[in-house]
This record gives sequence, C-alpha cells and structure tokens, in this order.
Amino acid sequence: MTESIALPAEPHHATRGGLMRWITTTNHKDIGTLYLIFSLIMFFIGGAMAMVIRAELYQPGLQFVTPAFYNQMVTLHGLIMVFGAVMPAFVGLANWMIPLMIGAPDMALPRLNNWSFWILPFAFTLLLLTLFLPGGAPEGGWTLYVPYSLELGYSFPFMIFAIHLMGISSVLGGINIIVTILNMRAPGMTLMKMPLFVWAWLITAYLLVAVMPVLAGGVTMQLLDHYFGTHFFSVAGGGSPVLWEHVFWFFGHPEVYIMILPAFGIISEIVPTFSRKPLFGRTSMIYALASIAFLSFIVWGHHMFTSGMPVSADLFFMFSTMLIAVPTGVKIFNWVATMWRGAITFETPMLFAVAFIILFTIGGFSGVMLALVPADFQYHNSYFVVAHFHYVLVTGAVFAIMAAVYYWLPKWTGHMYNEFWGKMHFWLSVISVNVLYFPMHFLGLAGMPRRVPDYAVQFTDLNMVSSIGGFVFGASQLIFVAIIFATVYGGRRAEARAWEGAHGLEWTVPSPAPYHTFATPPEVVG
Amino acid sequence: MNVSADSYYLPHESRWSILGSIGLFSFMLGAGIWLDGYNLVGPLVMGAGVLCIISTKFGWFGTVIRESLAGRYNLQVDRTFRWGMIFFIFSEVMFFGAFFGTLFYERLFVVPWLGGATNMFFTHALLYPHYRALWPTNGPAHAGGEFSRMPTWGIPALNTLILLSSAVTVTWAHWALKAGHRRKVVAGLVATIALGTTFLAMQAHEYYLAYTHFNLTLHSGIYGATFFILTGFHGLHVTIGVIMLTVILIRVLRGHFTPERHFAFEAVSWYWHFVDIVWLGLFIFVYWL
Repeated sequence: MTESIALPAEPHHATRGGLMRWITTTNHKDIGTLYLIFSLIMFFIGGAMAMVIRAELYQPGLQFVTPAFYNQMVTLHGLIMVFGAVMPAFVGLANWMIPLMIGAPDMALPRLNNWSFWILPFAFTLLLLTLFLPGGAPEGGWTLYVPYSLELGYSFPFMIFAIHLMGISSVLGGINIIVTILNMRAPGMTLMKMPLFVWAWLITAYLLVAVMPVLAGGVTMQLLDHYFGTHFFSVAGGGSPVLWEHVFWFFGHPEVYIMILPAFGIISEIVPTFSRKPLFGRTSMIYALASIAFLSFIVWGHHMFTSGMPVSADLFFMFSTMLIAVPTGVKIFNWVATMWRGAITFETPMLFAVAFIILFTIGGFSGVMLALVPADFQYHNSYFVVAHFHYVLVTGAVFAIMAAVYYWLPKWTGHMYNEFWGKMHFWLSVISVNVLYFPMHFLGLAGMPRRVPDYAVQFTDLNMVSSIGGFVFGASQLIFVAIIFATVYGGRRAEARAWEGAHGLEWTVPSPAPYHTFATPPEVVG
Repeated sequence: MNVSADSYYLPHESRWSILGSIGLFSFMLGAGIWLDGYNLVGPLVMGAGVLCIISTKFGWFGTVIRESLAGRYNLQVDRTFRWGMIFFIFSEVMFFGAFFGTLFYERLFVVPWLGGATNMFFTHALLYPHYRALWPTNGPAHAGGEFSRMPTWGIPALNTLILLSSAVTVTWAHWALKAGHRRKVVAGLVATIALGTTFLAMQAHEYYLAYTHFNLTLHSGIYGATFFILTGFHGLHVTIGVIMLTVILIRVLRGHFTPERHFAFEAVSWYWHFVDIVWLGLFIFVYWL
C-alpha cells in the first residue's frame, strides 16, 4: 500500500498550518468555523443589499438606483440570505455541536463534509459574478418565477448553475448530518435521549435531502426551456408557468422549515439552561418537530392562492396550513412552560431566545392570517408578506443563530464574550428590528406592493420609519462582529461548563473544545 | 486483508475535495459561458472542469479503496456507507420525483384545463377554441409540428425486458459473491454490463428514430419535454450505473471483495435496482399509458 494511508498518531491540533489547513481540513470544528465565517460574510453582503433597498425606499420616487438594479438587489438579497447566510450558519452550528452533543469523534463522512463546505464559496462566486455581466444580476426575485426568470440575459445560466451547486452542497451536507446522528452516537445516547438541537437537525437534514433535488430538477427545466426549446412552462406547447410555482414551492415550503427547525432546536437548548429547569414536554417537542416537517410537504399551495388553483386545492392548502399552528403552538407553549417558575437569568443568549419566542410568534400569527384564502387575496404580494417572512426569518432564524453564537462562543473560543456589549447588541437589534419590520404590516394592509422601488406618497411616513429602523439594525450588527473578534482574541476564561444551568455532553469537554474530542466515546447514563 | 480496525476511521485531510469544487465551478462556469454564446471559451473552461472532476473521482475513490483494503474501516464505518448510500438514493428518487410530478401535473391538470375542463370553459373558448385536450400533446400552438409517440411494444418493451433481466443477473452475481464463486460473479457482472450497454444503444437508436421518423423532439410541446427529460436523465443514470459496474468488475477481478465484506458491490447493485425501478415508472407512464 502507498504511504498516503499510513495512519499518523492522533494529533491534538491541525496537521497543517496556514491556508492549506482550512482547505484540506476534515475536522468538524474547523469546518463548522468555516461555515460560520462564510455565513457571516454573506450576512453582510446580503445586508448591504438590504441597505440599498431601504435607502431607495426612504422616500418615494427614484433617488439612488435604477428599477432594474433595485430588482437585482431584491433578488440577490433573497438568494444570499437564504442560501448563503441562514442555511450555512445552521450547518456550521450542526458541524460544531452535533458531534459534541452526541459524543462522536467527528462527523461520519469527514471528507464529504469538507467538500460540502468548499462548494459554497464557488457557488456564491458564480452568483455574484453576474453583477458584473452586461445586463447585471438576476432580477426575477429569489423565487425565480417564470416567465420573468426565462427572460433574463447573460446572468441566467450562472444563476441556475449557482443553485445547482448550492443544492449539491446541501444534499451532501444533509446526508452527512443524518448519517452522523444515526450512526455516531455514543453508547447509551438513544434517539429519545438526544438533545433537541440534534433532533431538530436530524429532521432538517431529512428535509434537505428530500427537497433540494426537486429544486435542482425545477431549475434544470428552466434551463431547458430557456436554451433548448422545451415547453415545460409555456402554454403554447401545453405546459404551464404555474408548474414552476408548484415545483418551486414544493421545495420552498420545506425550505422555510429547514431555516426554522434548527432554530427551534437552539431555543430548546437555551431556554432550559437559563431557566434552570429541564425542557417542559420534551417528548412532545420531538413529535411537534416531526409533525411540522411532515406538514411542510403538503402546504406548498398557500404560496400561490392567487395563481390559479381549483377551489378544492385552495381549501386543502388552507386547512393543512392552519394545522401547522397546532404543533408550533405546542412548541411555544412548552418554551413558556419551561420558563414558568424557573430561576431565570437574562444573559444575552436568553435575551435573544425570549425575543425569538415573542417575535417569532408574531410572524407565526401573520402566517396564519396569510393562510386564509380570502384574506390572502388581499395580502398577497403586499408588504404584509414581507413583514411576515422577515419576522420569522430575522427575528426567528437569525435571532436564534445569534442566540446560539453567544451561547456556544465560550465553548468555541474558551473566552466569555463581554456581557455589556452583548446586551447592547441585543437591545439595539430588538428595538430597531421592530421599527424596521412592524410598519411593513400596515404598509401591506394599506396596499403597498412588494418588489417595487417607488411608491405612492401616502406610504412615505411608514417607509421612512422602516428605513431608519433598517439602518440602525444594520449598523448594530457591527457590534456583533466586534464582539466575536474580541471574544476570539481575549476575554474572561470560560469554564468547561460555561453556563451553570447547562446540561449535555458538549459542556463536559474543556473550553475551548480541544481539536479532537470523544476519540473514545463517553458513556451516557441516566 | 479486510481486518477491522478498532476505532472509527477518521481521515486527517481531504486532498481531493477542493479539486472537486474547482472542477464543479469550472464545469458550470464554462457551461454558462457556452450557453451565453461564447463557443470557444465556454467548452474549454467546461472541459477543464470535467478533467478536474474525473481526476477527483479517481483520486478520491482510489484513496477510499486503498483504505478499505488496508483494513481501516470497521463495521461502524460500513454502516456509515450504508446509510449514506440509502439517503443518496433517496435524494435521487426525489430528483426523478420532480419530473414525474411535472408529467402528472401537466397531463392530469394543465392539458385538460387548456381544453376547457372544469371552470376553464371560457379560457378555452376565448383563447384556444381549436385545441383538443388529448395525450400526447404539443399544445395549442402545435409546438414542433405533428409528431407521434414511440410505439410502446417495440423498443421500450424490449428495453424493459433488458433492464429487468439485468436486475436478475446482478442479483445472481451477488449471490455468487456471497457463496464465494468468483467465476460466476464475473459472469453475472459481465452480463449485467452487457445488458446495460445494450439498453443504452437501444435508447440511442430510439432517440435517432424519434428525431428522424416520428418528429418527436425537445420542441414537441409538453410531451416532448417530459419524454426527453425523463428518459434522458434515466439514460444518464444507466450510463453512470454501467461505469460503476465496470469499476466493480475490475475490483472483483483484482480480488478486492470477500463473501462477508463487499459493500461497494452492494451499493452499486442498490443503485442499479433503483435505476431499474425508475425505468418501470417511465415505461408505464411515459411510453404506455
């Protein structure tokens, strides 16, 4: 045999230095870090685009950008935040924490793990390159609706291929996470004993493997229609543009839960820690996650009530959608019940978690409003929808990611973050985010359409308020970056159990977690 | 050979994945440039990507095979590969599901609606009064001109027979492997590869006939679109399957497998059965009904 497979002694640090360490790494902690840094960069790129959008909407009329460029910003902002910021952040957390939480030495398929990450920078290079092409970036919205999408020029194939790459990365990552959870648990770590974050990711990974291929198939059909003369989406040939909406939302609705189930898992870890009580209704939380995942496959039509479906389909999708409120309600109830009579302290992770519970619930309620077919005919494509999904994705998913970063940063870096600045970041964020998104409900109900750079003058006041909130929210995130840097390079030393109320295997290893952990599996008892 | 290691094998570096990423990037960048109309640069960049991807496959799988032969993989690693393959095939099922879903939606809903079904009476009467909702169809505009579908009981039925037989031969080879009869394994694999290749040749001929005799092309409306995307991607998967079977045949000839440990063989046979089952769906819903 060749020497390349000679087994070296277990190193306690990375085997290579410099850039090659990060390019060739198979270590779940390194790869988790890569995912998290990548996600943070994308968060700021997508955020900069959001700032362009809010600057343009500060006043009616066109001040800064052309309508075409505005549409490009809207499209790229959506694609980058969904596929570049939120999803990689959760995958990064999964990489770092799942092996630590289940007592595994690493992810099950370490080389594949490296590949899943290293596809992503290339995918987003491909997508962002389109900004420099004649005609600019894609401008059909992140949902890539036909026929807009099919009318794109030079950017079209790059957008499609970038999505293919993101899909490959997600499917490979999803397979790896499922296999890790099913096959790498320490002895005694039965499925029902697994931490909720791990459970949430098991179900999320299953959703990823199930729906990303459907999106890949869908964009492939767009490619064929655009360049090879097929008629999937053209009525002239017996196809239908509504087909795209069905394919997209069959992917898209589970995708929404891919972005929120790991958040549920995070909140289910943080709330018990800072309430110093076990999670209320643990088993029901697991069943609620599974029910939400199951329902996510049969509700996609609620995104297209106004696109033209038989009334029976409208009714089916309306009722199935409202059913989701039941398991989601179970979760909200259980988090609140966990806090009930707990010895609660409000460190930054807990503040973000509590804000998550309240603000995500607002987003959930507006979702139930949108699920009602007759009401949706009014709300559809208005700013009400923008308010709804930013409440679930920013004060939901993004707040949960921030909570998780503050919660596990001591474990990753070995240092405590500065609590004062953490709280400053939280309060600035939570106030400004509501100033940013709450007025959008009223704008939408009053009839302001989304994805338009100009608006009627009566919408001016609320748009100004919203834009100011947006600028403050954007600027507040610089504090977040500063805190992360400060914590990586210094700060009070963190103990192995950084939070006194925290339970779980990840708190049994030192902080910072050594390069290799659980080389011999721990015995899980109780 | 094939002594089991004590602990779960963890590689310390991944040399090939970055080349795989560069290859995918280059492949897709080149394809995009080509589609945007640059007929020289595009194929060159794309070709470079293909080379990178092929090198990655050789390097990566080569490493895994060497590690496997050196006995680095214990039973837990074996289970990882099994679960991984199961979920990979599941993702492929969903990929084909998108196209079958497209076929069913277009055929069962869109085409009848264009013909005035349910409450679409006026849509039909005002927009497409001459359109009759029959399957196969190329739509109200008769996209691509008059065409006819492939006769079900010709090549498609023969191809069904070929693929079903290949499922038998690959299973026969697997039984022989478990019983330790190497010559039978080789015979079974050679037969499977031969049947797979025959299938592909027949399908190539079928495409030729479709274009020259039946005027069934990519432009033939929704029938042509669903026909070619389903059979095309299936054909691509058969091609990949034949390549994988060939690799397995070479490994059998080199004596890589024992009656107990031969997951690579099993994984490929799972994949082959999956491709087979997809074909049954195609035969029923694309060619027959």
